[in-house]
Amino acid sequence: MAISESDVKKVAHLARIGLSDDELKLFSSQLESIIAFVDKLREVEVSSVKPMSHVLEMDNVVRLDEKKKSLNREEVLKNAPESLKGHFLVPKVIE
Amino acid sequence: MIKLYELTAHELLEKLRRNELTQEEIVSGLNKRIEEVDSKVKAYVRVGELSSSDGLPIAIKDNICIQGQPTTCASKILENFRPPYDATVIQKLREAGFAIYGQTNMDEFAFGSSCENSALFPTRNPWNLECVPGGSSGGSAAAVAAGEAIWALGSDTGGSIRQPAAFCGVVGLKPTYGRVSRYGLIAFASSLDQIGPITKDVEDATMLFAAIAGYDPHDSTSVNRPLPDYSASLGKDIKGIRIGVPKEYFSLSKGAQLEGIDDEVKRSVEEAIAQLRNLGAKVKEVSLPYSQYAVPVYYIVATAEASSNLARFDGVQYGLRAKDAQNLIEMYKKTRERGFGYEAKRRIILGTYVLSHGYYEAYYVRAQKVRSLIANDFANAFKECDCIVTPTSPTPAFRIGEKTQDPLAMYLSDIYTISVNLTGIPAISIPCGLSKAGLPVGLQIIAKAFNEEMLFRMAHAYEQNTSWHKQKPHL
Repeated sequence: MAISESDVKKVAHLARIGLSDDELKLFSSQLESIIAFVDKLREVEVSSVKPMSHVLEMDNVVRLDEKKKSLNREEVLKNAPESLKGHFLVPKVIE
Repeated sequence: MIKLYELTAHELLEKLRRNELTQEEIVSGLNKRIEEVDSKVKAYVRVGELSSSDGLPIAIKDNICIQGQPTTCASKILENFRPPYDATVIQKLREAGFAIYGQTNMDEFAFGSSCENSALFPTRNPWNLECVPGGSSGGSAAAVAAGEAIWALGSDTGGSIRQPAAFCGVVGLKPTYGRVSRYGLIAFASSLDQIGPITKDVEDATMLFAAIAGYDPHDSTSVNRPLPDYSASLGKDIKGIRIGVPKEYFSLSKGAQLEGIDDEVKRSVEEAIAQLRNLGAKVKEVSLPYSQYAVPVYYIVATAEASSNLARFDGVQYGLRAKDAQNLIEMYKKTRERGFGYEAKRRIILGTYVLSHGYYEAYYVRAQKVRSLIANDFANAFKECDCIVTPTSPTPAFRIGEKTQDPLAMYLSDIYTISVNLTGIPAISIPCGLSKAGLPVGLQIIAKAFNEEMLFRMAHAYEQNTSWHKQKPHL
């Protein structure tokens, strides 16, 4: 399947990644060959096969809803590029 | 004269016990070795004692969180990140008395098979500085091989412990999925990732694995199951053990989009199988008919999971933020454009593509179905054998720069290791030869889920009857 630069641009937008023109060009040709490679899977008969999302036989794992020690807020916010009064600060979203 | 930096952990512990050596001497010996050779190998991204302890120092891959220490996944986007907590494996090592000693280089976010995708610098193979050490845990494997670390932790999503262990002539274990807690391991592909040891010999791998294995309520995929005494697997004979040799793995031909197996690798592995037979094992052919689909399945499943896991790096909670954006979306885009390297971008975009509307069924769900068939192959093979033996990698270490322009060629170097992650079973790589050019060859042994004991038993029996693990690079 041909993958155009505009396809890559669209996917990059979904993934919230900016790409330079050079990257757009490079990735569209590389993705095209990678997709051609994985298209090999089309030859496998899978109509009666169940998809495997996890390797272990496991049910939902839940924990008791009880109060526990959590991470220190100040310590956690030290990693934030910007914070204000105990919160993460982001560019204005609503006008 | 004994070279301190060549000793294994169990040899060092024995010397400590006999008061022939002190912990300070071990640490200063390591410091000296690093001073001598790390400017050539470049295994470490950060080094120096990170915790005081009288136990043996250990090197940690840079994607395992160490409280208060920069932990960056060799990525610009996490340049300034200092985890507010320890990964469970780090906590366990501290409790067992290990000294956390340094952090090793890797492909950015573990995306790669050569350590060339590090945003910092490439690591080199101690056996030949023009060659890659393998990846993504290339720094850990190179450090152990060069005597710059006694032992190390790596992580393995598609071969990232075993392939660099093979390329560097050391031992690398990918444990059963669920056996070692992933809490504090910066996630790449959550259904595949496992932390494991990289060591100089099998006995050390056994010890280090026993120290990090076990149930952890902080990781919901961790399994609550009793831990056997792994050291009891050492020194057992292997008479009557049934070894399966997958016929598909030795007939890989060039073309058919599969990388051919190197003749020298093939010969070394065949000799290793003959050696195991001499030790009493029974060798039989098994079939893994869907193995040819493992690499395509992996590059759909792993990139899909990665694109989701890496969504968290958006300039809000930690790491880099582009300061010159006009709005939130632009901030995300610019941050991620500047923070991620080529391979990270390529994989996030591929992963987003296979999960996007219109392609989800055709790629992602189909890959999950073929994944079932691959797991089924192993279940069938293990009805006839107790373990499976293969090469770890189709070639010895390749040259730096050789595959950077062709991502697909790079992906194919993991052809023997990937199925193990897709199936969740354990595997070990041990040294089994040297090529004419003097590069190590690795033997992979695979067992059923939660049967690491079988790996240690087989690997130890082989190792005790061969000397490949005693070969050292000349630096």
